Amino acid sequence: MPAEGLLAASWLLIALPLAGAAVLLLGGRRTDRWGHLLGTATVVAAFVLAVACTVQLAGLDQRSADVELFTFIRSGELDVTAGLLYDPLSAIFALLITGVGSLIHVYSIGYMAHDPARRRFFAYLNLFVAAMLLLVLGNSFVALYVGWEGVGLASYLLIAFWYTRPAAATAAKKAFIMNRVGDVGLAIAIFVMFAQLGTTSYAGVFGSVGTLAGGTITAIGLLLLLGACGKSGQFPLQAWLPDAMEGPTPVSALIHAATMVTAGVYLIARSAPIYDLAPTARAVVLAIGAGTLLIGAIAGCAYDDIKKVLAYSTVSQIGYMFLAVGLGPAGYVAGLAHLLAHGFFKAGLFLGAGSVMHAMNDSVDMRRFGALWKKLPVTFATFGLGYLALIGFPFLSGYFTKDAIIEAALDRGDVWGWVLGGVAVLGAGLTAFYMTRLMLMTFFGRARWEDGVHPHEAPTVMTAPMVVLAVGSVGAGALLVSVFPLSGWLEPVFGEPAEAAHVVAPAVIGLVVTVVMLLGVLAAWLFVGRREVPVTAPVRVSPVTRAARNALYADTVNESLFMRPGQWLTRALVWLDNRGVDGAVNGLAAGLGGTSSRLARTQTGFVRSYAMGMLGGAVLVAGALLAVTAG
Amino acid sequence: MNPDAAEVVIGTGEAVAFWVLGPVALAGALGMVFSRNAVHSALWLVTTMLSLGVFYVIQSAPFLGAAQIIVYTGAIMILFLFVLMLVGRDSSDSVVETLRGQRVAAAVLGVGFAALVGAGVARATEGLTVVGLGDAGGDGNVTAIAELLYTRYVLAFEATGALLIVAAVGALVYTQMERRPGSRRGQKELSRARFLTDDRPQTLPGPGVYARANSVAAPALLPDGRTSAETVATGVEAQEVEQMPRPTGREQLGSPDAALGSLDPTTSGTPGGRTGGEHR
Amino acid sequence: MTLTYYLVLAAILFTIGAVGVLVRRNAIVVFMCVELMLNAVNLTLITFARSTGTVDGQIMALFVMVVAAAEVVVGLAIIMSIYRTRRSASVDDANLLKY
Repeated sequence: MPAEGLLAASWLLIALPLAGAAVLLLGGRRTDRWGHLLGTATVVAAFVLAVACTVQLAGLDQRSADVELFTFIRSGELDVTAGLLYDPLSAIFALLITGVGSLIHVYSIGYMAHDPARRRFFAYLNLFVAAMLLLVLGNSFVALYVGWEGVGLASYLLIAFWYTRPAAATAAKKAFIMNRVGDVGLAIAIFVMFAQLGTTSYAGVFGSVGTLAGGTITAIGLLLLLGACGKSGQFPLQAWLPDAMEGPTPVSALIHAATMVTAGVYLIARSAPIYDLAPTARAVVLAIGAGTLLIGAIAGCAYDDIKKVLAYSTVSQIGYMFLAVGLGPAGYVAGLAHLLAHGFFKAGLFLGAGSVMHAMNDSVDMRRFGALWKKLPVTFATFGLGYLALIGFPFLSGYFTKDAIIEAALDRGDVWGWVLGGVAVLGAGLTAFYMTRLMLMTFFGRARWEDGVHPHEAPTVMTAPMVVLAVGSVGAGALLVSVFPLSGWLEPVFGEPAEAAHVVAPAVIGLVVTVVMLLGVLAAWLFVGRREVPVTAPVRVSPVTRAARNALYADTVNESLFMRPGQWLTRALVWLDNRGVDGAVNGLAAGLGGTSSRLARTQTGFVRSYAMGMLGGAVLVAGALLAVTAG
Repeated sequence: MNPDAAEVVIGTGEAVAFWVLGPVALAGALGMVFSRNAVHSALWLVTTMLSLGVFYVIQSAPFLGAAQIIVYTGAIMILFLFVLMLVGRDSSDSVVETLRGQRVAAAVLGVGFAALVGAGVARATEGLTVVGLGDAGGDGNVTAIAELLYTRYVLAFEATGALLIVAAVGALVYTQMERRPGSRRGQKELSRARFLTDDRPQTLPGPGVYARANSVAAPALLPDGRTSAETVATGVEAQEVEQMPRPTGREQLGSPDAALGSLDPTTSGTPGGRTGGEHR
Repeated sequence: MTLTYYLVLAAILFTIGAVGVLVRRNAIVVFMCVELMLNAVNLTLITFARSTGTVDGQIMALFVMVVAAAEVVVGLAIIMSIYRTRRSASVDDANLLKY
């Protein structure tokens, strides 16, 4: 139904950060002094507006509001109206983006205080928030695609924020190109929708998708999944996300942990009506989720770079979300709840990591940390709460949301349900292992600091957001599952939650998961905490460790499967162009030149030779005439 | 077209004249092409033209027959002979063909052309009716030509007049040697210039003469090119004989310039004298 | 005996003239060959005039003669000036018109 009141002004959600970005980017150095404040203010304002909108939305009967803005594209049969759809699904995303975004903006004021390009940083952050809000608020796949590309651009700009570092520039390029692979899938999916259905709006597509052939729906589902995999760092396009940690830490927290990388989950959840009709595509979602879950967790066990461990943790947790949304109606709510909880605790963990780096002269090597809990008490406390929430310590966020996913998987009731549940439980154990390893190496043990490092706690402007996020980490899960059930809130989108026939009692699942988690913690204690951590990584390690250190050879696979054949193809084409095309053209020219210079030799200058030519021509003409008349 | 004229049958007299004069004309043409001497060529051509003139008269074109004999054989060929005398009846037109394959190709193309055109004409004009001109409407051939020339073809006639004027002026312009006014040298100056230069004072020998000196001090040449000591007068110091180089081999014969010879000993023997350097 | 005989004779004379142009090197003789070709054409024109019973062909022949005369005058003048500068009347010596 059309939006009224505050909801009609929900376009301001996008316009405010966009205006902030425009002012900061166009204003130049004049805005250096107050640019970060403006950037933060726009996002906080957007958050306040989002809260107000959501409150109003909660009061509506339908809990859905359409905001028609203007005609975006009208060309032939393609008629795209730019409009917003404010419904419970986009509302929780808007709240997450603006809420976590506000906290991270505040944090960035302190984190980037000494960076000469702080204004540019806030401009890009604002641009990202605007694009991300457009992505979740748009009422058509085209609007989503615009936002999708916008966050890709912002992500690229922010990963390469310190573009003078070759590693950052390369990582940004890698992220951009790998995202492009996924974006192509999304674009083709939209083309197919338009070609088959003549519309790209959510309402139009979901209303008529049932009329399509099963194969077409599966194709659309798989293409959307390709886009989701690219943006969310899922297998086989997961390799860019850990490299993206070259960007500033607030960027990692906001874009590459809390919001942008969950856009894939949003896309699949939003396209639920399509996946409901495409069981094959949904099975692929499940497989990718489960696979990525394990890949991320295994790789996370081996890295010594604190941000990369967190990045692989993100990959793994988004794998959980994919697994959940792949389960169908039973899993959507669980997946989204985990997404929200993950947004809190992973952002908190990244901000904590940023605080640690801040204290350790921007070092990220955990082997040179240790014994920081005394020096950084606030960071330790908030980080620890985030850690407990992530590993699913009982009654913290992760416990509720992760258990809900495992529960939903087991509730399938078939063999695959057991397999997926087992994978999820195994992932929980691995998560506990690598996160405990991270905690032990960073905050406990002996101080292995480099010379001249004097750890100090971060300023309040940085610790305050961490505290808020830590509180969220602790309470979000219980809040979303028990106190203020997300399933009820999302009912207008996904329908009435079916009363699940529990295969295994939730209490038993909770117990098993807790035991597995404790086993993981214990293993970490045995392997890492009990003995001295070497300052340099041991060279002689088992093949499993070596594989994990190389992120299960994802880059190698990509290089050998795509990059090298691509280079060969390029070389072959260059060769073909030089030798074949150019050769043909140059050869033609050379041939003509040679022929003409040879023919020019007949121009001897002797009049009698020329006269001979004339007589020859005359003979030819006479012969031709005779042939014509006689014939 | 003469509507009254019935088809004319060609009489025996004309046939006899054709069969006598046709071969003569052919022989003249062939003789012109094949005689080495240009004057002979001119004379052969005169033969052909006279034969053709008779043909014109036979074919009811007496005016043109007369014009052929008077203008062509009388004026034009005499002009040719004049120019031949001016240029010198030089011996440069050697029998050796310098362009490879030119003669063979010319012969093949010539035979082919003659066969094609002859066959074509013969085929096209088979059973060609002869309307005949008779006495051309009763007023005679010259009157008939004049009537047409001054009526229908008067513009073309005027144009030919202009053409002839332009040709005459053009010929004058071409052959005119420009001299600065007052630079004309008399006999005294010419003789002085001739004797004071390094060059020989006497006239150049005619074409075909190898020896370039007729001094008593110059020995005679033997057929193989050596000098004969007996021919030098006693009491005179034998002079070095300046002589035209003789063709000694195929290479020298290959170049008309080499055949013409050069006073410069370094280039006289150069095979293939038609090299780029020579025309600097 | 038909008029075709004249025409064939003219064709043969024309061909001989053409071949002469090709094989002779003395510019004056070459000119004579050109004259022979013009004469052969004249013979053709006069023969056809007789065949059709009109004088137009003869007038054509007359114009050919006039043009030939003009051409000979200019051509011989050219030969003279070439001979003056190159001391040769061979057409092979005037061979600068080449690549």
